[in-house]
Amino acid sequence: MSAPVIFDRSREEIEEEANGDVFDIEIGVSDPEKVGDGMNAYMAYRVTTKTSLSMFSKSEFSVKRRFSDFLGLHSKLASKYLHVGYIVPPAPEKSIVGMTKVKVGKEDSSSTEFVEKRRAALERYLQRTVKHPTLLQDPDLRQFLESSELPRAVNTQALSGAGILRMVNKAADAVNKMTIKMNESDAWFEEKQQQFENLDQQLRKLHASVEALVCHRKELSANTAAFAKSAAMLGNSEDHTALSRALSQLAEVEEKIDQLHQEQAFADFYMFSELLSDYIRLIAAVKGVFDHRMKCWQKWEDAQITLLKKRETEAKMMVANKPDKIQQAKNEIREWEAKVQQGERDFEQISKTIRKEVGRFEKQRVKDFKTVIIKYLESLVQTQQQLIKYWEAFLPEAKAIA
Amino acid sequence: MEEHLEAGKESKPSSMSPDLQGDSSLQVEISDAVSERDKVKFTVQTKSCVPHFARTEFSVVRHHEEFIWLHNAYVENEEYAGLIIPPAPPRPDFEASREKLQKLGEGDSSITREELAKMKEELEAEYLAIFKKTVAMHEVFLQRLAAHPTLRRDHNFFVFLEYGQDLSVRGKNRKELLGGFLRNIVKSADEALITGMSGLKEVDDFFEHERTFLLEYHTRIRDACLRADRVMHSHKCLADDYIPISAALSSLGTQEVNQLKTSFLKLAELFERLRKLEGRVASDEDLKLSDMLRYYLRDSQAAKVRGGPRADLRAGATREGGQVGKGRGPGILCPCRPQDLLYRRLRALADYENANKTLDKARTRNREVRTAESHQQLCCQRFERLSDSAKQELMDFRSRRVSSFRKNLIELAELELKHAKASTLLLRNTLVILKGEP
Repeated sequence: MSAPVIFDRSREEIEEEANGDVFDIEIGVSDPEKVGDGMNAYMAYRVTTKTSLSMFSKSEFSVKRRFSDFLGLHSKLASKYLHVGYIVPPAPEKSIVGMTKVKVGKEDSSSTEFVEKRRAALERYLQRTVKHPTLLQDPDLRQFLESSELPRAVNTQALSGAGILRMVNKAADAVNKMTIKMNESDAWFEEKQQQFENLDQQLRKLHASVEALVCHRKELSANTAAFAKSAAMLGNSEDHTALSRALSQLAEVEEKIDQLHQEQAFADFYMFSELLSDYIRLIAAVKGVFDHRMKCWQKWEDAQITLLKKRETEAKMMVANKPDKIQQAKNEIREWEAKVQQGERDFEQISKTIRKEVGRFEKQRVKDFKTVIIKYLESLVQTQQQLIKYWEAFLPEAKAIA
Repeated sequence: MEEHLEAGKESKPSSMSPDLQGDSSLQVEISDAVSERDKVKFTVQTKSCVPHFARTEFSVVRHHEEFIWLHNAYVENEEYAGLIIPPAPPRPDFEASREKLQKLGEGDSSITREELAKMKEELEAEYLAIFKKTVAMHEVFLQRLAAHPTLRRDHNFFVFLEYGQDLSVRGKNRKELLGGFLRNIVKSADEALITGMSGLKEVDDFFEHERTFLLEYHTRIRDACLRADRVMHSHKCLADDYIPISAALSSLGTQEVNQLKTSFLKLAELFERLRKLEGRVASDEDLKLSDMLRYYLRDSQAAKVRGGPRADLRAGATREGGQVGKGRGPGILCPCRPQDLLYRRLRALADYENANKTLDKARTRNREVRTAESHQQLCCQRFERLSDSAKQELMDFRSRRVSSFRKNLIELAELELKHAKASTLLLRNTLVILKGEP
């Protein structure tokens, strides 16, 4: 019988536990509140965490965060984890137009809609981030969730200098991507990349169609409301009493149906459409991770080439018999041998990480889609059942016309 | 496109079928219809024991213009001045569908073959629906005539039903169209004058009420009709949206290698079926609600005598087969409308009043008293006859309207229920399968 081995909870162990679906942390984003006036105004959101994980000091706590805080968090996480192969969930997109309307104080339905859309997106963003076992360990994430005060994330301001710099970097990256010709030794990566490329295209198509659906359902709702009004007016003009009453009842039914359509359009959007747009952006992050692997490979490849050159130089120096140059060459060779080894290790590590990440991502994707599809279909059932209720109530009224 | 419609095989949209009083001495129906290029040819079948006819069962082929000819013949007949002539059926209009089909044929590379096939299917169904509707409209027109005790005995009607050859009616040429147009303007102006005339009081509360009622009713039913059309149109768009959604889900499903494969494929199937259901909801709303409203809109169509040119009825634009231009212009009166019936009665009343005045003058001057007397008698009789038949007609109109609304609203509710239940079943079945998956 061996003595029980006691060791600190390693990162691996926590990740294993995480994969076992015991994920006791829930994030809510709520209570959007406008702070300040005019163009300097912003929306503050309440971020509430409920958890039994021991790494947090309390089991329930909340803080106030603004949109740029979320962007800042993502920026930090991305800079730490993306280039080593972790799929970091992307933050919701900025919208200058949407936000301006809110700042200017337009209290209309479109700005309320915009705020709600953003709130929901922020919530989903955090939920996805904390579900990632590695990211959950990150101190920046913990600080985001727990600290009452957060240093203002400056680099995320729209059109700031840093922003422009980032745009330029992205462009340079794109050019690089095109020129890297990697010797893919592992077919798995090529396969997966192709798979994600296809998935991306299909999701975009589906998303566009669902957006059209949402639009038409909203139109249907508006038209139904208009019809309800004119049916009521018609009922008023009608001098036959029973018919008049039936027409008023019809107007009421149509009004209720208008409500139904609105709620369904809501479900169409928040369940179906937003899921698709989230995944379109997630897949962009996945593609990014594959690109980083390519760059990593490039770095390793470059190191190997440089090492070769250094060896050639050494050989040349040997022939020319320049002892001090030979020493320098030997030093450089050692330096680059280390770099080559590091490059190889890095490449293997990122490849390993990506394999695991993609596995986790796919599992999560299946779960997400299945859950949402079921929820969405249930919303459709709900609508149909309400329709049945309304028309069943109306039928006797129509029959009562004598 | 050759299109054949066999009576009895398809369920004809019968939202407009009048309540025939079980009088079987004259039964008319459209037993077949063929769409050829620009014309639709209707086979009108008559079953009758009326002694006038040579046989008890016979049919003829008629095209749209001949229906219009018949309608005009009634309208221009002074004898029927006190009656409501059923509105003429609208011209068959496949323009919109044809355009859409053409556009589809021109091809759009971003649509897959399956999607294209489905869209074509949709369009063909739409075309068929319009076709069925136009047949129904023509049939209802004839059936109302056959059901009316006075109108069914008209000689032109007999000719229409029996005469084997082409009636060789041409649509009205421009001069006649213009003539008709002008005549109507004169009539509206006349009515404005009559009703504005001081001293001419409406003697009967019933008619006063009807007049006010019809004016308001017409405006409101027109609004309701326009808006019902928009609802129907939105529903159609919604149904059409399901096509690309289903196609995209199908592609997704085929490409997936994991458990989502079945989910996506099942969803694709679901949306395809939902599309058909939504499409049916749209077309039923069209038939039971929109069409019914449109029919009574035309039936109650009142001239906007005071309001000026507002007669542009886009939805269900009543192209009154040649009589009026595009329905535009100051206060167009259509002679078959209840409103116009009221006008004719008022005209008769005015004539009667004038005749009275003339008689008074004649008596004072003691000249041509006899002529004045007989003229006044005539006017009085005409007025009273008109009033009586008008009253009857208006009451009939009302009861027809009420029973038609009742029938259609009941059928609408029943159909909505049917489709909602079918959708629920479909959705629930899919949910069971999806939830059952590991």
